[in-house]
Amino acid sequence: MKFDTPATTNPIDQLKVVGKPTDRIDGPLKTTGMAPYAYEQHEAAPNAAYGYVVGATIAKGTIAALDLSKAESAPGVITIVTADTVGKLDKGNFNTAKLLGGPDIQHYHQAIALVVAETFEQARSAAGMIKVRYTKARGEHDLEAIRTTATRHKDSKDSLVGDFVGAFSAAPVQLDVTYRTPDHAHAMMEPHASIASWEGDKLTLWTSNQMIDWGRGDVAKTLGVPKDNVRLISPYIGGGFGGKLFVRADAILAALGARQAKRPVKVALPRSFMFNNTPHRPATIQRIRIGASKDGKISAIGHENWSGDLAGGGPEDATQQTKFLYAGANRLITTRLAVLDLPEGNAMRAPGEAPGLMALEIAIDEMAEKLGLDPIEFRVINDTQVDPENPARPFSQRQLIKCLQSGADRFGWDKRGEPGKTRDGRWLTGMGVAAAFRNNLTMKSAARVKLDNKGVVTVETDMTDIGTGTYTIIAQTAAEMMGVVLDKVVVKLGDSSFPVSAGSGGQWGANSSTAGVYAACVKLREMVAKSQKFDPAKTSFADGKVTSGRKSIDLGKAAGVSGMVAEDFIEFGDLGKTHQQSTFGAHFVEVGVNVVTAEIRIRRMLAVCAAGRILNPKSARSQVIGAMTMGAGAALMEDLVIDKRHGFFVNHDLAGYEVPVHADIPHQEVIFLDETDPMSSPMKAKGVGELGICGVGAAIANAVYNATAVRVRHYPITLDKLLKDMPQIA
Amino acid sequence: MKSFTYERATSPAEAAAKAARTPGARFIAGGTNLLDLMKLEIETPPHLIDVNGLGLDKIEATDDGGLRIGALVRNTDLAADDRVRRDYGVLSRALLAGASGQLRNKATTAGNLLQRTRCPYFYDTGQACNKRTPGSGCSAIGGFSRQHAVVGASTACIATHPSDMAVAMRVLDAQVETVKPDGKTRRIKIADFHKLPGSTPHIETALQAGEFITAVTLPKPIGGIHVYHKIRDRASYAFALVSVAAVIQPDGTGRVALGGVAHKPWRVEKAETDLPKGAKAVMAKLMADATPTPENEFKITLVERTLSAALMDARA
Ligand SMILES: Cc1cc2nc3c(=O)[nH]c(=O)nc-3n(C[C@H](O)[C@H](O)[C@H](O)COP(=O)(O)OP(=O)(O)OC[C@H]3O[C@@H](n4cnc5c(N)ncnc54)[C@H](O)[C@@H]3O)c2cc1C
Ligand code: SF4
Repeated sequence: MKFDTPATTNPIDQLKVVGKPTDRIDGPLKTTGMAPYAYEQHEAAPNAAYGYVVGATIAKGTIAALDLSKAESAPGVITIVTADTVGKLDKGNFNTAKLLGGPDIQHYHQAIALVVAETFEQARSAAGMIKVRYTKARGEHDLEAIRTTATRHKDSKDSLVGDFVGAFSAAPVQLDVTYRTPDHAHAMMEPHASIASWEGDKLTLWTSNQMIDWGRGDVAKTLGVPKDNVRLISPYIGGGFGGKLFVRADAILAALGARQAKRPVKVALPRSFMFNNTPHRPATIQRIRIGASKDGKISAIGHENWSGDLAGGGPEDATQQTKFLYAGANRLITTRLAVLDLPEGNAMRAPGEAPGLMALEIAIDEMAEKLGLDPIEFRVINDTQVDPENPARPFSQRQLIKCLQSGADRFGWDKRGEPGKTRDGRWLTGMGVAAAFRNNLTMKSAARVKLDNKGVVTVETDMTDIGTGTYTIIAQTAAEMMGVVLDKVVVKLGDSSFPVSAGSGGQWGANSSTAGVYAACVKLREMVAKSQKFDPAKTSFADGKVTSGRKSIDLGKAAGVSGMVAEDFIEFGDLGKTHQQSTFGAHFVEVGVNVVTAEIRIRRMLAVCAAGRILNPKSARSQVIGAMTMGAGAALMEDLVIDKRHGFFVNHDLAGYEVPVHADIPHQEVIFLDETDPMSSPMKAKGVGELGICGVGAAIANAVYNATAVRVRHYPITLDKLLKDMPQIA
Repeated sequence: MKSFTYERATSPAEAAAKAARTPGARFIAGGTNLLDLMKLEIETPPHLIDVNGLGLDKIEATDDGGLRIGALVRNTDLAADDRVRRDYGVLSRALLAGASGQLRNKATTAGNLLQRTRCPYFYDTGQACNKRTPGSGCSAIGGFSRQHAVVGASTACIATHPSDMAVAMRVLDAQVETVKPDGKTRRIKIADFHKLPGSTPHIETALQAGEFITAVTLPKPIGGIHVYHKIRDRASYAFALVSVAAVIQPDGTGRVALGGVAHKPWRVEKAETDLPKGAKAVMAKLMADATPTPENEFKITLVERTLSAALMDARA
């Protein structure tokens, strides 16, 4: 099914199942420990040996000598995989550095060996016996120092509209500030893990991966085997946040280990490898200039962004939202990429917008203050209903102002005081607001739907559920379409033998994958109707029955003894080009800052989101509160600290890389505005999982400013950055 | 992790004797620090002696009106003890500020005193560290040092001692009771128990090879207002950037010890005579010869402000 005209009324609009807050159907399996995650597929791959990864301890250079002798003769060791044992190894399309290094080393903790042994302990112990001598090479590890060497990446487009320089210098009110966001780790709960098993030249990989088909392609490419010979299975994923969009060392090394050991091999990356071995969200430097008239109309908006990556990598484009969020006739928006010898950067929850809004939405706050305007009013004045670069393109839906204004009412925004003036005992308190914005992406997505003679509907698609609740919304979609209760739907995900889906990334998963299921169900409905000689256009599916006029039959009966199968996909036409499709929101935060110690503690958070139809308000809320929590981490503590001498992230464990704990997040509220977006898909839905993090950091930063009158422009906002400006204590 | 052998001790003296017989052997109590270090091969003991079954899990009154805390008393139980809460509030508060509920259920009194630094380079066997590998160098100097020591550091090591409990013990003038491999017992003042790094940062305490801690004693209660302020980036489950333990008497005199600033719980008795004059006066002696790095000099301001507020609270 091609989606190229706006959606009209369709069976989803009945909202009997879709749109209802629904417990996740996979919840009981997960809470009872019965859902097998990749590393736990003991039954599927019995007799697996254990692989333990050895990582390089230099940032750049070569291996001069690798001594495996002690490890090879250690108890239980079956084989050791190194660059020398595997023959020619290619690199996946989605990887920047090789997943098995040697003799060249491209980054710290790049895998250089896999020790395969009978037990995990034996493999780990032998891994410690490998002796490596390196020849170090000089590298660049400091973005700040090499920022002037940055260039435009081939995929980056400068956005130059009007005469920015002239308009900015003529503007009566100007802001010119630079913000910095550090590198971030995904820090999901389940580390990257895989079990590999070969049967002849056919490989099965149980792995933890967000994008089955990308992964399948990259495994095949890396190993030099036909894609058809690779099967990826990933039914349960303990979080990903973008860190599992791509195949990583666990999968490739498990496959190589299994080939060498001639038996299944399982590999989990140790926690410390999450930081330097797998990708991270790159740091940014962002210069923002805004020029406005005295009454607050923006005449010039400039956003220049710098990030770095390994040679061959890509930028963290923190300017994405600036292209769309506010009006302004003269615009200069650029992104530049420097070559850094650090572990590779890549997508992390709302790549681009998450760090971009951390800067832009402080700048808006700063500008509003210069203008003497309430920051919400300033945003309202500069709202736009069309793409500012291309005014012929309207937004499909844009309820930013309503998000801001209804949120303000709900939050008690009118009680916000002057910066540094509100006290609650030993705490300075303050409120902050920021706009949330994330583009709506759509991706082709296929599904197979089976109907059996008991009226049970089974959906198969290689879509993944990374903890987001995909199982449930797919079941809701199929139930709505086929007129059955949720219990009559079985959902099977995450297997490359199923039709190729959109996968989980870029918050496109929910809308695209359910739209694919919709398409398959439309086909199945037609088959069922035709089997009864019903006119499909006049056939309804409800309460487990197919009905046309006065004729009605149980769905299971209609399916016949051998059942029916339909497969289809959704693909998207030009509606994303003719209409700018985005999701919007507003974040409100109240913080307390300890007057003595400058410790910052969040008191409450509110998010108001307008993101198309909300398919399952319960799991959507979970997504948003999780994202708000992650935003709080980015604002207040998350910081991959680079050792600029040695070129690696130093705090590579969860004691050193702090993420929020429960005590940091006392109260969160999420409101979804009513919205359906007929331009997005037949589901009229968009995504929320990334929208939820967009803007949170700035709302917190603005609240800290409101509390203390101290502006911090370099994340994370930690107490040491406030301390010298805190009031004297008498 | 290296393979190791394991046995259970049947008495403190036997535990000490056994430890002396296998060089590099370690006692295992809660295991919450030791096992992590073993998994990372920062510690590679060939032999573990389990000391959990020795009945050292009691808190008893001493003849001089103090308390004797068995070495294996769990942090949770110690923090919850009525006598501790009533007479040694600073200790209970310090314990509850540390780690998490689950960890405190396992962590023991002796193990807590002996927990090792959280310096990130110490934790990365790919990096030079004099504490882990004497003579290899100190990666933290000139590296990421935000959490490191601001006083008492050396050119060999700038690590801090991460314990909260030990800071309270220091302010309370606790003593550590031990038994040596030859069966002799001794008492070590907490002031002498932890060492500064000097040129031997791998030597962290006054304990001799095989020496086993049986108890920690607290002298009789000293009254006063007990405070423990732990300052950290997140609200819970994080090591201190700095912590301030203080016992302040109604007349403004008192004691103060600091965590997160040095290789040991930091207390300078002669600085305490200035407590009635306020934090600024105390700081001069308390932080004399401080050698902060640009990344951690904020700790000095933080200590002064926290102490200042604590003194104000005590007076109020
Ligand atoms: C995630 C995490 C967070 C933490 N946060 C904090 C915190 O915020 N504040 C804080 O203070 N601590 C914190 N800790 C540390 C925790 O307090 C220590 O791990 C714990 O106190 C160690 O006690 P244990 O009994 O488990 O020691 P073990 O790990 O069993 O032993 C530690 C050391 O003591 C030796 N030892 C044990 N008993 C004796 C004895 N009787 N005689 C001689 N030697 C002995 C062992 O041989 C070993 O070398 C944290 C730990 C973790 C893992
Ligand atoms: S500060 Fe001490 S523990 Fe840290 S690297 Fe230096 S020597 Fe090792």
